Amino acid sequence: MRMSRIVRTAADILYPTILIFGLYIIAHGHLTPGGGFQGGAVIATAGALVIVAYSYAEVREWLSGKVLMGQEVIGLVGFIGVALIAFAFGQVFFFNYLNASGSLFGIPVPYGINAGELNTGGFVPLMNFAVGIEVWGGLTLVLIYMLSGLEKEVC
Amino acid sequence: MTFADFIVTNAPALLVAIPLFAAFLCPVMGKISSTVRNCWVMGMMLITAAIAFILAYRVFATGPVLYVFGAAAANLAIPLDSGGIPIRIIFTVDAMSAFMEIICAIVGLTVLLYSLSSESRNSSLEGYYTLFFLMITGVFGMVSTGDLFNFFVFLEILSLASAGMIAYRIDGGIAVEAALKYFILSTLGAIFILFAIGIFYGEYNALNMAMIAQRMQYTMLDKIALVLIIAALAMKCGAVPLHFWTPDAYSMAPASVTAFLVVASQASLYGLFRVLFTMYNITMNCVTVGWIIIILGVLSMVVGVTMAIPQKDIKRLMAYHAVSQTGYMLLGVGVGLAVLGNAALTSAFGSMAMEGGIFHIFNHAMYKGLLFLTAGVIVYRIGTRDLNKMGGLGHTMKYTMIFFIIGALAIAGIPPLNGFASKQMIYESVYLFNPILAIIAMVVSILTLASFVKVFHSVFMGPQLPEYAGVKEAPLPMLIGMGILAAICILFGLFPQPVVDMLVAPAVHALADQSGYIASVLGGA
Amino acid sequence: MLWNLPLITVVVLTLIGLVTVLLKKNIIKILLGINILESAVNLFLVSLGYREGGVAPIFTLAPSELMVLPTPQALVLTSIVIGVATSALVLSFAMVLKKKYGTVDINEIRRLHG
Repeated sequence: MRMSRIVRTAADILYPTILIFGLYIIAHGHLTPGGGFQGGAVIATAGALVIVAYSYAEVREWLSGKVLMGQEVIGLVGFIGVALIAFAFGQVFFFNYLNASGSLFGIPVPYGINAGELNTGGFVPLMNFAVGIEVWGGLTLVLIYMLSGLEKEVC
Repeated sequence: MTFADFIVTNAPALLVAIPLFAAFLCPVMGKISSTVRNCWVMGMMLITAAIAFILAYRVFATGPVLYVFGAAAANLAIPLDSGGIPIRIIFTVDAMSAFMEIICAIVGLTVLLYSLSSESRNSSLEGYYTLFFLMITGVFGMVSTGDLFNFFVFLEILSLASAGMIAYRIDGGIAVEAALKYFILSTLGAIFILFAIGIFYGEYNALNMAMIAQRMQYTMLDKIALVLIIAALAMKCGAVPLHFWTPDAYSMAPASVTAFLVVASQASLYGLFRVLFTMYNITMNCVTVGWIIIILGVLSMVVGVTMAIPQKDIKRLMAYHAVSQTGYMLLGVGVGLAVLGNAALTSAFGSMAMEGGIFHIFNHAMYKGLLFLTAGVIVYRIGTRDLNKMGGLGHTMKYTMIFFIIGALAIAGIPPLNGFASKQMIYESVYLFNPILAIIAMVVSILTLASFVKVFHSVFMGPQLPEYAGVKEAPLPMLIGMGILAAICILFGLFPQPVVDMLVAPAVHALADQSGYIASVLGGA
Repeated sequence: MLWNLPLITVVVLTLIGLVTVLLKKNIIKILLGINILESAVNLFLVSLGYREGGVAPIFTLAPSELMVLPTPQALVLTSIVIGVATSALVLSFAMVLKKKYGTVDINEIRRLHG
């Protein structure tokens, strides 16, 4: 059942904020604590917030199970694909071919204590994004499937 | 670099990467159509099996193969600026790992062929094939890795996927109860293994198996870690007194999954042997630990076969026999471990005991897989697992009856099938160690034969019952799958000596030789 | 004594977790016992990396160069993810069992004997 207008408005304001914060944790995984799984779990709690504020039936119409499963598959295939592309460069599996290479995320890591350069790290930020998208899709799917077993919602 | 060179150099990584890739794309293929999905899973499994055989051939021909993930070259185990410490995750494929990979490839291929027709009646099979490929990834990763924490991660992947597959046909809730029992025990075991890994890391500042083996001094903390690891891995392979999940899980899972769960238990047995022989070796008190393994083996043999005799459910009976046969393997390798410090006794009968135990791993996967697949055919055609309700199936299911006879004679150790070859090696060597153990083993073998004669008589013999008049033979993919396993049973029974010389003896030698393992990883340090 | 406090906590948490898993009858409580055991093991692994006077092993705007070991932290991350997957699976089993049997008491759901 829907919560009151105050709760719904607060959830409306907080939902994009949580998404941005989760994406920040995913994107800066190679500089600050965080990374793929942690950011994805934060974003999945945004889904839980919306389900609590609005009723489950309404949210089930907005969040589609097919899109979330597609997100899962894209994330997983992206992770394995990024690792397998290392074979195209003639190197071993999981070799960091973008590290210090000058292209995407290719600046060499500055040595010692520094202020954190975002453009470094090789393919680690790419894998962070892949895992983050996958965990987002996966945990939200788990949430939706588990809540679908509710027979009646008690207020 | 040509394509063949590429495959041969990168085979250890491809062995784990390709099943993962196949698992992740199974839902997409299933959405397109079911024929596309069947072609996808069959093709990916054939590629994986081919890579496993290529890798095994290379290992048996030229020695252990190293594969370092993320290094500049595939065998650069020690980075040039690390001061002699291997810091990356390493796959160390030596002869024992290659032996287990061959087993997993053969059984995986057969089980997949079998499931193409046994699961065709069910809908929404994407989950089935995804979990199946995750199980294959888990087993291949467990037997190839040379890093302790990597072993734990693959063990957890395997146990999560297995729990999902055991509960696959919910069956009114009974299968879920079996999966819950299996999974809670499995998680407890995994937590104990993580404690032991933490102890090793805290003491030696290393997670690589070769590094820990080199730095091992047998302190009190190492004894605690040894106890934790033996308890957890003996639970995972179904040894008594921690075998309670085995009959429930093996009987409630779909038959094809059960045949692969047997391989999963053998992979945990491999992990136990790897820790005992490669990491500890003669620094520990070999006689005491060997006798502990022997006692676990004898208890498993006796309890397994005595609990199997009064069973009425065909798959539960076979599951108790699986527990009993695991006891044979533990007995053989335990005798080899007990005489490890004594070079004269090792060459007299210790090596033969270990060869018998490890050859028995291969034979057990083959004939136990065959028996479970025949039980699956019977359940598929009739719909019940109760022995009291079956009868007279030999009139219509002739091929299934022949495969069942081959499997039953193999498990009882009757020549000329493969069970006899490995059991005779165990009997001879264990008799020289301690005659009572060999006599117990022979009595257990006789009871196994009695139990399977009972099953054969009640399932296949007798007049044809009217309710089973329209039962047909098994579909063709199932027959081909069972035929592969039966052919291997007969072949290895008729010519055991080449198999022992080419496959088993190098595996035993690689397992018992700790300094060779350390030298292959750390480069002769 | 104070320096051993994490390890004493590990022992206490392990005992609480084992007692919960072995003695409780409700599946959800057994799952919570497994979670407590996982937390104990994670705390044990992280406390192995401590170096006296060290700060968090992050080079971005770090206060000093003396850091604790980062490897156990990577192991703990993996272990936490495995714990999440374990909890999700056992909760799904509990949901299916509740729907089929109407209870999550492990004495009531036993149908497999022998």
